[in-house]
Amino acid sequence: MRLAHRFAMENDLIRADCIESTEFPELAGKYRVYAVPKTVINEAAAFEGALPEGYFLDGILSALGPGSGAEAVS
Amino acid sequence: MGLLGEEEILEVRERLKEMPNPVKLIHFTQELNLEYGRETRLLLEELAALSDTLSLEVYNFLLDVEKVAEYGIDKIPATVVRNDKDYGIRFFGLPAGYEFSTLLDAILAVSKGDSGLAPETREKLRNIAEPLHLEVFVTPT
Repeated sequence: MRLAHRFAMENDLIRADCIESTEFPELAGKYRVYAVPKTVINEAAAFEGALPEGYFLDGILSALGPGSGAEAVS
Repeated sequence: MGLLGEEEILEVRERLKEMPNPVKLIHFTQELNLEYGRETRLLLEELAALSDTLSLEVYNFLLDVEKVAEYGIDKIPATVVRNDKDYGIRFFGLPAGYEFSTLLDAILAVSKGDSGLAPETREKLRNIAEPLHLEVFVTPT
């Protein structure tokens, strides 16, 4: 979670929500949250687990896909 | 009896001394029919009282429609951590247990205005050219 918030600080286009699953069961159900932490990207893609910085970033960038502008840097 | 224990208060006060610049917690809630609404507000009030550099603003989710729209709040309890700038950092629900330390971490990072991320991570993030919404689901521990 800390990483997501820190990521948001680097780009105005990024918003990072920390969501307490038990208080928002409908949303957790919609995204099939069975294990935490689970990160949902643009209401579509998702991955589970607390990943180190580089892997967390890669997980997000691959969900954004080609043409996002993010691919150009690697 | 507060939500934070005596030892915790001392620890948190010590950590908040590291804050170089003011940080605002913008909280959205409602009085009734909100399971952890009261606890969340109390926790934030106790926290904000521990540092002169940390302040708390509380808005009503149903009545303060302009603020709700400004911060893009669609569920409560919700808490924004910001300085002069809104970085897009949000907490939904009671930030207890491990998430309390996540909240402290966000407060300190925002106070410093520095994400603390590796240079290559920052570069890649800055190159993202489309809106990116990260929703990280957690549970209290």
